[in-house]
Amino acid sequence: MKRVAVIVFPGSNCDADTLAAARAAGSDAYYVWHRDTTLQQADVVILPGGFSYGDYLRSGAIARFSPIMAAVSEHARSGGPLLGICNGFQILCEAGLLPGALMRNARLRFLSRPVRVRVEQCDTPFTSLYEPGEVLDVPIAHGDGRYVVDPTTAAELEATGSVVWRYVGDNPNGSTDDIAGVTNDGRNVVGIMPHPERRNAPALGGQDGARVFLSMEARHATQHAVDVRAVDHRHLGV
Amino acid sequence: MPRATLLDPQGQAVEHALRALGFGEVGQVRMGKHVVLEVNAATRDEALTRARAMCDRLLANPVTEDYELAVEGVGGSAR
Repeated sequence: MKRVAVIVFPGSNCDADTLAAARAAGSDAYYVWHRDTTLQQADVVILPGGFSYGDYLRSGAIARFSPIMAAVSEHARSGGPLLGICNGFQILCEAGLLPGALMRNARLRFLSRPVRVRVEQCDTPFTSLYEPGEVLDVPIAHGDGRYVVDPTTAAELEATGSVVWRYVGDNPNGSTDDIAGVTNDGRNVVGIMPHPERRNAPALGGQDGARVFLSMEARHATQHAVDVRAVDHRHLGV
Repeated sequence: MPRATLLDPQGQAVEHALRALGFGEVGQVRMGKHVVLEVNAATRDEALTRARAMCDRLLANPVTEDYELAVEGVGGSAR
């Protein structure tokens, strides 16, 4: 049973769903308030969705300086699994823990609807139970979901297999290369715009998101960061 | 301001609205933010240096935005 810290910022609104999804996967999940400074021996840290600080200035720009973020950064630097969902993804980009940034949707509208994403990488702590190329039905709910990186970084993301989820069929927000989620060089930090916690049971319209939480709970999932070998730009868990 | 190479959907929407209102002379429109900082500093250079640090640390995202600084109203009384 993994200890999973769900960080709560002022304006987080997916924290309860995320906690419930982690518990449904068998984790010992608990809240950590953003003004705390310790993660209480967390194995996994999740930054949930929402509108931290009202999205003032830029989404995630102020939350990244919350007191707890020093411990979150340290957790990530030491190889600990760290997931950002939606606003959590925006915070991780603002904090420099993931490359790129998330900007206003290309057609300006706030989008709240299901999308289809393809699982591109299964060697992260949050995607290990998916099949490569599997297409998932998961909802998005964001106004600032257009993932942006400079062309050099975009090419590096592709070369290193760092795009974790990609929109298929329809790019809802104008994201560069249809990117819906990325991981870092250490492959322990993952950010995704869709909400897997809203699709983890048949009663919620599907369970395509459940394995995000089951993956982090799965045995050895946290070891992937050191067990991965890159062969011809493809990462293989060994 | 959003980087010139990046899509600026807000600027595009305003550009289209201006054309629809008959302002055919309008070229590209780009939209950013205007932040007014009241800074206590001994000199103009010091104010600029501190404001630049604020932009780099918080106010601008180097991935998506460029910024310009200007000092106005030098000599105002400190509060």
